[in-house]
Amino acid sequence: MDFSYSEVQQMLQDSVKKFVSKNYDFDTRSKIIESDSGYSEENWKLFAELGWLTVPFSEEDGGLGGSAVDLMVMMEEFGKANLVEPYLPSVVLCGCLISELATGEVKEQMLGKLVGGDLQLALAASETGSRFNSSKVATTAKSNGNSIVINGRKIAVLNGSNANELLVVARESGGEVDADGISVFLVNPDTPGVTVRSFTNIDGQKSSEIDFTDVTVAASARLGEQGKALMAIEKVIDKAIIAVSAEAVGVLETLLQKTVEYSKTRKQFGTVIGTFQALQHRMADMFIECQLARSIVVMAAMKLDGSAGQTEKTKAVSAAKSRVGKAIRKVSQEAVQIHGGIGVTNELDVGHYFKRATALEIMFGNTDYHIERFASL
Amino acid sequence: MKAEFTAEELDFQSEVKTFLNDEFPAEYREKVDANVRLNKDELVNWQKILFKKGWAAPSWPKEYGGTGWSQVQKYIFATEMGLIGAPEPIPFGMKMVAPIIMAYGNDEQKARFLPDILESNVWWCQGYSEPNSGSDLASLKTSAVRDGDHYIVNGAKTWNTYGQYADWIFCLVRTETTAKKQEGISFLLIDMHSPGISLKPIVLIDGHPEVNEIFFDDVRVPAENLIGEENKGWTYAKVLLTHERTGISGVPRGKKRLSSLKRIARETDDGFGSSMMENDAFKNKIAALEIDLEAIEYAELRTLASVSAGKAPGPESSILKIVGTELAQRIDEAFVELAAYHCLPFVPDQFEDGFQGDYISPGTSASAALTYFNNRKATIYGGSNEIQRNIICKAVLGL
Repeated sequence: MDFSYSEVQQMLQDSVKKFVSKNYDFDTRSKIIESDSGYSEENWKLFAELGWLTVPFSEEDGGLGGSAVDLMVMMEEFGKANLVEPYLPSVVLCGCLISELATGEVKEQMLGKLVGGDLQLALAASETGSRFNSSKVATTAKSNGNSIVINGRKIAVLNGSNANELLVVARESGGEVDADGISVFLVNPDTPGVTVRSFTNIDGQKSSEIDFTDVTVAASARLGEQGKALMAIEKVIDKAIIAVSAEAVGVLETLLQKTVEYSKTRKQFGTVIGTFQALQHRMADMFIECQLARSIVVMAAMKLDGSAGQTEKTKAVSAAKSRVGKAIRKVSQEAVQIHGGIGVTNELDVGHYFKRATALEIMFGNTDYHIERFASL
Repeated sequence: MKAEFTAEELDFQSEVKTFLNDEFPAEYREKVDANVRLNKDELVNWQKILFKKGWAAPSWPKEYGGTGWSQVQKYIFATEMGLIGAPEPIPFGMKMVAPIIMAYGNDEQKARFLPDILESNVWWCQGYSEPNSGSDLASLKTSAVRDGDHYIVNGAKTWNTYGQYADWIFCLVRTETTAKKQEGISFLLIDMHSPGISLKPIVLIDGHPEVNEIFFDDVRVPAENLIGEENKGWTYAKVLLTHERTGISGVPRGKKRLSSLKRIARETDDGFGSSMMENDAFKNKIAALEIDLEAIEYAELRTLASVSAGKAPGPESSILKIVGTELAQRIDEAFVELAAYHCLPFVPDQFEDGFQGDYISPGTSASAALTYFNNRKATIYGGSNEIQRNIICKAVLGL
């Protein structure tokens, strides 16, 4: 048994840590959020140079190997910095989906540009009525000779305003929740009929609602086999869940650390508040939650990399997301409470970690959803 | 034991219902239902409507223009207001400073300040907390030094809710540096338009500048604005803290929110073709909230009955503050869970007065996270829930 990081993983962690301590303090992050794109292109170039954009891909796709544990190591550090660069939507979600579905030249060119830092992507999958179910797709794609006509509305399209290309999940056949009949199409956001409404999310990340009204693309825009994309989508989402769960571990550990530090300096009743046992025990509980969250993410990431069957992998992913969700509630709320009034202000970073934690709890299924999914498998 | 209202109380209840249905402006109700904040003019106007009816100050004695209602009548009124979503009186004047002026102010002060509070001509804010004095309020440092007929005030107050609207502020200030920190504190009323006062908005994590830091730089305050005796302010403030504890549990508002939670759950797809109201986990969560709300309602009624019987409200108010705020926060969480992706967009402008433009996310779903964020304050303010638990340990359990 050995839970220590490999040399590569250690280097990856060190390189993110070094970048963050040099380039990503709270003020810098706030300025990045206020910029039009909501991320730093300079940082993105640097991520490419440092090889971070290759992490989720196999060696044959030009990646670092595609291990979930590698991704976990990096995302945890991103969480500690509360990083807003669109790594998850562009690289993890879209990159991995391309790697699963695309073939030949399309795959090679897109992944090449992506890992080189020259391509921004966004996944248009969620819909108003889909909640967390990937197979609930009301957006339609109808064949019309050699072209495809797409109609529907997508929500929560992370990085939608920056994307050079959109990966659009649409239904070619079957009923609204059928597993069969779902395809993914590459759609340029400048195509007539695409309306993008963009905004900033609670966690400072850019997102969009996108309407597709009679959007016509060539049949060659379909990635993979007609109507058979669901399995790939679910596989990619499972990987993304490892990514956001690991990020949450970073967020929570930072909240714990900041809370403990604050309790050692904030004085009330003639002493630092960290001497009050009522608060000490709660911080001890926060620490325990962080340890459990980290442990279950390690379990799930290792299982995803291992030889377990698909059901076992999916169960592990749901276990991680639901358990981390529970830890998010506890740790993030206590961090704010122990900070007191200053914890709910915009001027302190704690509130922003709290908001990121809240978003991470929702993304790809909240605690109740994953407990249910775990129980159903 | 009897929990029913008497025939007279039932008559009163229907009178209140009718009045609120007729007089609470429809456009305000729409805003409240859309989770849009009422602006200052609207809040004041609503107070003036209540004033015209003679209902502006349910908790005041009759001699000052209050209603002279029984505890049960006050409870009925607060409940009906909460169920319809009508805002309660802005508490700073009506519920916080007025009772202190009544109890400890002189006749001149009563005549000068109380009528304007009753008619909502003047907006008050609270100057208690300081950057370094939160839960340990008695450690406050803002100083008031006597200079002839004036006090010279220097220091900073924080967490002033709606200080940007305020004409006056009631402050706890230090008039003497004594061995015991509680003993050198005085209660001073200060005109917010005085030279030397400046205000810095504090934006909360929901994006709203709801509170302020207020700085006092050699502010000259007429000595006649001192309430009661110098150095007795802490005693006055403490009395206030046990005052006006009915209605703090937020049961009516909780009921209103649970009914909209259920309505939205029925309209929300669970992603598998059913509604979220048919989702077992969510349905059970709502049921648990309803059950807790009922327990709190009866805890409040029992407190009410004992206050009606002439007993002073004691640590019960701490219980109600704790359970009321913690339940409200669980309801906030349920709204976030229900909204899911729809509450990720950070679009606070949509819930501000006069918003025009395309709405992101359906209905009020985009406000779920904003409310969740904002309301984390509830377990922190008004004596944090940690302080309330300390009170219970000391006053009830004898620890």
